Amino acid sequence: MITRMLNSKPALATLAVSSIILGLLSACSPPSEPTSQIESVENTEQNDALVVYSSRNEHLIRPVFALFTVETGIEVEYATDKAGVLIERIKAEGKNTPADILITVDAGTLGYAAQQGIFQPLNSAAVVERVPAHLRDDSDYWTGLSLRARTIVYSTERVNPEQLSSYQDLGGSQWQGRVCLRTSKKVYNQSLVAMLIAEQGEVKAESIVSSWVANLAIPPTSNDTKLMEAILAGQCDVGIINTYYFGRLQEKQENLPLALFWPNQADNENSGVHVNVAGVGILKYSKNAAQAKRLLEWLVSDSAQALFAGVNKEYPINDSVEINPQVASWGSFKQNPLPLSQAYVLQPAAVKLMDRAGYK
Amino acid sequence: MQSLINLAKHIRKISVWQIFLVVMALPTLLALLGVLSSFLHPDIESLSHLAQYVLPQTIKNTVFLVVGVGAVTTTLGVSLAWLTAVCEFPLRKFFVWALILPMAIPGYVMAFALVGLFEYTGPVQQFLRETFGSSSAFPDIYSYGGVVMALSLALYPYTYLMVRNAFQTQGLRSLEVGQSLGLSVRESFWRICLPMARPWIAGGTLLVMMETLSDFGTVAIFNYDTLTSAIYKTWFGLYSLPAALQVASVLLIFVVVITLLERKSRASQRFSQTRSSKSVAGRIHLSGSHRWLALLVCLLVFSLAFVMPVMRLLYWAVPNMNADLTTQFWAYVAGSTSLSLIAMLMIAGLALLMAFTARTYNSPFAKIVVRISTMGYALPGTVLAVGLFVPVAAIDNALGAMGLSTPLLQGTMVVMLLAYSVRFMAVAFTPLESNLLRITPSIDAASRSLGVSGIKMLAKVHLPMVKGGLLTAMVLVFVDVMKELPITLMTRPFGFNTLAVRIFELSSEGLWERAALPALAIVLVGLIPAFILIRKSDAR
Repeated sequence: MITRMLNSKPALATLAVSSIILGLLSACSPPSEPTSQIESVENTEQNDALVVYSSRNEHLIRPVFALFTVETGIEVEYATDKAGVLIERIKAEGKNTPADILITVDAGTLGYAAQQGIFQPLNSAAVVERVPAHLRDDSDYWTGLSLRARTIVYSTERVNPEQLSSYQDLGGSQWQGRVCLRTSKKVYNQSLVAMLIAEQGEVKAESIVSSWVANLAIPPTSNDTKLMEAILAGQCDVGIINTYYFGRLQEKQENLPLALFWPNQADNENSGVHVNVAGVGILKYSKNAAQAKRLLEWLVSDSAQALFAGVNKEYPINDSVEINPQVASWGSFKQNPLPLSQAYVLQPAAVKLMDRAGYK
Repeated sequence: MQSLINLAKHIRKISVWQIFLVVMALPTLLALLGVLSSFLHPDIESLSHLAQYVLPQTIKNTVFLVVGVGAVTTTLGVSLAWLTAVCEFPLRKFFVWALILPMAIPGYVMAFALVGLFEYTGPVQQFLRETFGSSSAFPDIYSYGGVVMALSLALYPYTYLMVRNAFQTQGLRSLEVGQSLGLSVRESFWRICLPMARPWIAGGTLLVMMETLSDFGTVAIFNYDTLTSAIYKTWFGLYSLPAALQVASVLLIFVVVITLLERKSRASQRFSQTRSSKSVAGRIHLSGSHRWLALLVCLLVFSLAFVMPVMRLLYWAVPNMNADLTTQFWAYVAGSTSLSLIAMLMIAGLALLMAFTARTYNSPFAKIVVRISTMGYALPGTVLAVGLFVPVAAIDNALGAMGLSTPLLQGTMVVMLLAYSVRFMAVAFTPLESNLLRITPSIDAASRSLGVSGIKMLAKVHLPMVKGGLLTAMVLVFVDVMKELPITLMTRPFGFNTLAVRIFELSSEGLWERAALPALAIVLVGLIPAFILIRKSDAR
């Protein structure tokens, strides 16, 4: 085919190449999408599809949006990518962005998005009523939707839970060579250390992180599941993980010789289990802000909350919502009351601190 | 008067080609300028932190990694290509194509499978502990050696494919020449065959090194920090895109250095071939122990690079197979396949035109422009995706301001394909360029004297001579587009998904078991062009 194309004059060849490509293009692109997309920009009628950009994975948001469509008749289209990329994309698209809503899985990125000026204020009484103040933006640009608790996991064979007390205590001498940590490049650890900075100040936080690094049994693992596997294999005895990874492993393997421990629970402490949120903001240039707000308020409602958090074994944003029995079996805990709005300010400091402490 | 018209025609012709070259290089140039423009807003605070705590180690790691992977892939690629193209040993015909297959396995899948097998908690060390009571003598897979192994096993097929193409077309003939000069096979290999294959070897190594520089997924599994991981950390962790792009420009320096080295390694030689490449001599029949050694080497590489990861994927995929083989899954397969096919035809076609143009108008200008348009391969995919998306969105917005309905470009396959061609031009161009080097100026002269020139010469004279390179280019692009993620994620139309996107969605939340099925599908679809390539190029 190429030979034939090239027999002609250059201009013709180029034409042939491009027409073939265009022909193939129209053949393979999904038939309904392009038209609906153009419509959504051109007309701002009530029943347009909402467009969501999400760094929360497709299989976690699809069932939620499906339920929303069933209940309200409003279609939802979405594009998934890394949060940082989506934010750049929204900035580049500017006023013409097709998106109405951004969902991310970390308070720091939501703060960054707000700082970059891509959100509009939520002005939602439902959000204020349903979402505890420390889990939403103090300038009202975003709100959390589900809680991700990052806590201590330990071997029930080699650790007596009475020996455990707090995150900082994992740097103590009794844990020498017994600690496993996930890589510092994961945002969950960056926000954990950001919380330590807020609580303890940067100097103290750095010495805590250094003491963790000194206690490491093996180099930091690439993910939370590997960390638990290392404990199971006896390479280390304790570690810090997000609870839903524990939930998944527990589901696969009965009588798992691991358990969760809720640290920093003493009543007199202004502290608690580190939580982060999957959260949401409405874009400044949304052409469908009213509908977007409707989706957002629906997302914090009881029925949506059970599903949104439930599909990933996370915790609902409001503790009045009934939780998944498996998640409930891990017991209740006191959250750290630190406002998550601070995460954006403190996370870069946390990243630098971990670099200095040699936490890879 | 007549001569004036001729001159005018001449000028017009050149300028058309020059415009073509510049248009080809423009998107890459825009992305590169985007990277460099970050210096307009230097983020001194982040940069000084990076310079003190991050860059020294990551630059060192990057150099070690690129050199290590480059050395291992070149050794593997050249020796396997030699064995299968020139020698005869048991199962040779099988290994000819089997050794290409690992190319279809994305690097991070290779890494995950390797780690799963050889880490402390994996079956090998478990077996050692159960049998001998300890596995402490077993080398740690989370190490420099581990990363080099994973990347080399995933990337050696690039070199293998390219060098095989060289040996196949000139290997036996060079041996004949050697024999007529009284050289032994070994001497002929080192003194004639290897030097003659240098453009292919250098090209393959260049591709591997660029891919290594831009890799993120594989090194992340080993927690081995390179410049690319530093870029992502700066962007997503320090929230500083400017500082991240400034780190990316350090990466560009690496690319320039590697490219210059490759140029230099070829510059001193002139590669020509005067006769048709069909050789009359038979293959070298390896003797006794050598036959089995050759078999063993091929078997070892094939097992580690293909059988092992595929077994691992099957082990995960089979239990979920029935639940996951939905119509939606087949939509992913169709999406990936059609996208790769279109991209393959388009990029290989453009690369052919570009290689031909660059060769015909062999000016410093053409050389520089061509170099620029092949640099997209070494930039981390996400950086390139954003670098391309920003100007596209700006064009769309400008069109919108002129009253046209927007978005015209965003969310269409045109942008996607444009971005792919920026990313993979090097992959298509390099094998072609090596082959074009073999076509002597005298062939052009002869062809022109017979009245065949321009695009006709390309089609009738050059194309048959670069067929092997073109096929290699097409297979490489096809498989690379199948595996591509960041550009696909950012530019795909709503609701359009590929297998690579599916793997990303599942694996980024740690659901590796369920990511295994789409990964297997990528491998299976990637097999098809490998089969075709071999059938076309290895008729004997």
